[in-house]
Amino acid sequence: MEFVTQHPVLVVSLIKIAIALFVVMTALAYLTWFERKVVARIQSRWGPYWVGPHGLLQPLADGIKFLFKEDVVPPTADKVAYLLAPFLALALALTTLALVPIGPATISILGQPTQLVISHSPIALILLFAISSVGVYGVMLAGWSSNSKYPLLGGLRSSAQMISYEVSLTLSVVGVLLLAGSFDFYDIVGHQAGHWFHFLPSWEIFPQFLGFICYLTAAIAETNRVPFDLPEGETELVAGFHTEYSSFKFAMFFMAEYGNMITVSCLATLLFLGGWLSPFPDRWSWQLYLPGAGLIIGGLALIVGGLRSVQWNAKAVFPVLGLVCIGVGYLCTLHGATHPVAKAVQGPFWFISKVFLLLFFYVWARGTLPRFRYDQLMSFGWKFLLPLSLINLVGTSIFVVLGWHP
Amino acid sequence: MASSVLTVPESRTMVLNMGPQHPSTHGVLRVILELDGEIVLKAEPVIGYLHTGIEKNFEKLTYSQCIPLTDRMDYLANLSNNLGFCLAVEKLADIEVPKRAQYIRVLLTEFSRIASHLVWLGTHAIDLGAMSVFLYCFREREEMLKILEAISGQRMMTSYFRIGGLALEPPPGYLEWISKFLDTFAGHLAEYEDLLTENPIWKLRTQGVGVLKLEDGIAMAVSGPSLRGSGSDYDLRKYFPYSSYEEFDFKVATQTAGDVYARYQVRLEEMRQSAKICRQAIDRIPSQGPFRAEVRGLVPPSREEMKTSIEGLIYHFKIWTEGITPPPGEVYQAIESPRGEIGFYVCSDGSNRPYRVKVRAPSFVNLQALPRLVIGKLIADVVASIGTIDIVLGEVDR
Repeated sequence: MEFVTQHPVLVVSLIKIAIALFVVMTALAYLTWFERKVVARIQSRWGPYWVGPHGLLQPLADGIKFLFKEDVVPPTADKVAYLLAPFLALALALTTLALVPIGPATISILGQPTQLVISHSPIALILLFAISSVGVYGVMLAGWSSNSKYPLLGGLRSSAQMISYEVSLTLSVVGVLLLAGSFDFYDIVGHQAGHWFHFLPSWEIFPQFLGFICYLTAAIAETNRVPFDLPEGETELVAGFHTEYSSFKFAMFFMAEYGNMITVSCLATLLFLGGWLSPFPDRWSWQLYLPGAGLIIGGLALIVGGLRSVQWNAKAVFPVLGLVCIGVGYLCTLHGATHPVAKAVQGPFWFISKVFLLLFFYVWARGTLPRFRYDQLMSFGWKFLLPLSLINLVGTSIFVVLGWHP
Repeated sequence: MASSVLTVPESRTMVLNMGPQHPSTHGVLRVILELDGEIVLKAEPVIGYLHTGIEKNFEKLTYSQCIPLTDRMDYLANLSNNLGFCLAVEKLADIEVPKRAQYIRVLLTEFSRIASHLVWLGTHAIDLGAMSVFLYCFREREEMLKILEAISGQRMMTSYFRIGGLALEPPPGYLEWISKFLDTFAGHLAEYEDLLTENPIWKLRTQGVGVLKLEDGIAMAVSGPSLRGSGSDYDLRKYFPYSSYEEFDFKVATQTAGDVYARYQVRLEEMRQSAKICRQAIDRIPSQGPFRAEVRGLVPPSREEMKTSIEGLIYHFKIWTEGITPPPGEVYQAIESPRGEIGFYVCSDGSNRPYRVKVRAPSFVNLQALPRLVIGKLIADVVASIGTIDIVLGEVDR
C-alpha cells in the first residue's frame, strides 16, 4: 500500500494497462468471430458453429492452434528483421489504444482518482498518428525479410499503399482539429457536445461530412481491408507480406490487423461521431436507462434464443450468459439513473456502440465489394481522395478564418 | 545460415512462378511470369500437372466404358462431354436417337451449362475479391447438383448419356423440379448482377482488361464465350446443330468489346438463354416413350425385353460383355460445351474398342490466348484473365 501511495501513477497505469490488454485481446479475438458470423450471414451460411455454442469458443481454438503449429522460418530469411516484424506490428497496434479514452467519467482505482484512458496526453492525436505510421515498418520488414517473391510484392504494395493513404487519413482529420482547436481527445469530444435545433447532435460528422468519408475510406485502406486488401490479396499474392509466416507470428499479424481496425474505428468515433456523447439531448432523461435496458433486453434474447437452440451447449450456456447480462443491466438501473455507476456506464456504452457500428461497416464492406487493382488503388488515393481531403481542409479553414464555424 | 536479402539482381526483371499451387490458377496451372515491378513482360502457361492419359486410356476400353472417362475431363460440364462422345459414336454407328432422349439431352446439357457458368462466375468473382458472389453461386449449384443426382444417381460424374440414348428412365417429377429451380433462378441471377454488373470496382477491374481481338481469337482457334465476347457469333448449336438444337428458339449472346467485362456479360446472357432452352425442352419432352434407340447389337435392349425375350437377353449379354462394334471409319463430332467447341475424333477399326480418340478440348485451345491477354498488364490482371477464359485443368491436360 505504501508503494501505491509513493508511485500512484505507475501502479494505477499498470492496472489500467492490464485491464485494457485483457479487454482488447478478448475484443480482438471476438472481432474475428463477429466478422466470420456476419460475413457468413451475408453469404447465407452458418460460420463457426461447432466449437462452443454457435462457435463462441472458436477464437480460443484458433489461438491454441496457432500456438501449437510448427514455427517455420525460411532458411533464406533475414532473421532479425523477420522476427522483429510481427512484434513491431502487434506492439504498435496495441500501443495506439493507450491513447484512446472511452468515457468522460473519473473512476477510482486503489483510492486514486483516474480517467478512463491509459495515457491522457494533450497531443494525443499527433502521438497516435506518429505511432501508427511506424506500423508500416512491420509490414515492410515482413515483406522484405522473408526473401521470397510473393511477400516482397505484398510488402511493396502495402508500404506504397499505407504511406499514400496515411496522407489522406491525416489531412481528413485536420478539419476537425481546426474546428475543435485542440489535439486532446477530451477537448475534441467536448467541442462536439450540445445539439443543433435541439435534436441534431452537434457532432463533427455533420459539418465535416466530406472529411468523414475521406477518413473512412483512407482508414479501410490503411488497415488493408476489402476493397483495399491488396497487400494480402489472397487470390493474387497468396497471402501477401505474411506468406512466409506461420504459427503464432502469423497470428500476431492477424491480431495487429484487427487491432488497427479497432484503433481507426475508435478514432473515427472520437473525431466525428461525438465519442462517448449520447445522440439524444440531455433533457430526455430516459436515455440514461438505455445501457441497462439494452443489457436486459439482450439478456432476455439470449435466454430465449438459447433455450430454443438445438445445440445442447447453447441451451446450457446462453441462458446463463443472459442471466449475467440481466443482472448487470439491473445493477445499471438499480438506483435510478442518477446513481454514480449508472452515470459512469453512459460514456463507455455510447462509445462502444459507435465503435461497434463502424466495425460492422467494415465487415459489411468485406462481404460485398470486389478488390481494387494496385494502380487503381494508387490513383484513387492520390488523384481522388487526396484532393477531396484538401478541398475539405481549405473549405474548413476559410470557414474558421471567417468565424462561421459552429 | 548467413545470407543477405540485399542481393543485387542481375537484371531489372523478376521471374515469378504463379502456380501450380496458387489460389487462383483454377487447379494446377502454372504460369511463369516475367515481371518488371508488377508489370507482366512475359507469360508462359505450363501445363501437364493434371495429365491423366484419358485419351490413351480410351484405346483400352470398350465404347461404353469410355463414357465415365469423358466425365473426368471437364468435370464442371461433364454432360457436354458425355454428349459429344455419344454423338460421335452414334454418328459412326449410324444410330438414330429417339426424340424424347434428344430433348432430355438438350435439357440436361443446358442445365449443366448453367451449373458450369455458375462455378465460373463464382470463382471469377472471388478471384477479383467479391467473396459473397462465390458462395451465392455455389448455393444455387448445390440445388442443381441435387437435381442431377436425383436424375442420374451422381452429383458430378453423371455419365448419364449413353450411346443410343440415356442411361435410365428419369425419375418422376424431375421436370417439375427443374422448372421450379428455373423459376427462382432468374431472381438469383439478378442478385449476382446487383452485386457486380454496375459495381464501379467490378467495372474498373474488368473493363479494358484482357482484351482479345477478334482476329487474334480466330487465329488461335479460341471458341465459346471467350470468342463471342470479341464479336463473333460462332456457336455450334446454331452453326452445326446437333441433338435437335435447330428446333429450339434462343439467341447467341455476343459482345464486341472483347474484354473481361464483355465475356462476363456474354456468360450471364448465356445462362439466361440456357434457362430459356430448358423451359422449351421441358414443354417438349413427352412423358412417355423410349429413352434409348432400339438398334439390335449396338444399344442395350430395354430391361423388359431383356427379361422376357431370349433374343433380348443374348444382346444384353453380348453388349455388356464384349461391347459394341461400330463399323470401321472415322468421325469428328463437335458440340458447344460451356467452354467452347469440344470435339471428339473417334477412329474405329471395327473392333470393340476405339482405335484412337482425340479430344479437341476448348480449355486447352483457349488457354493459349492467355499470354496475349496479359502482356503489359499487372499481376492482378493475370488473375482476372485466367478467370475469364474459364479453363478446367482436367480438360487441358486430359
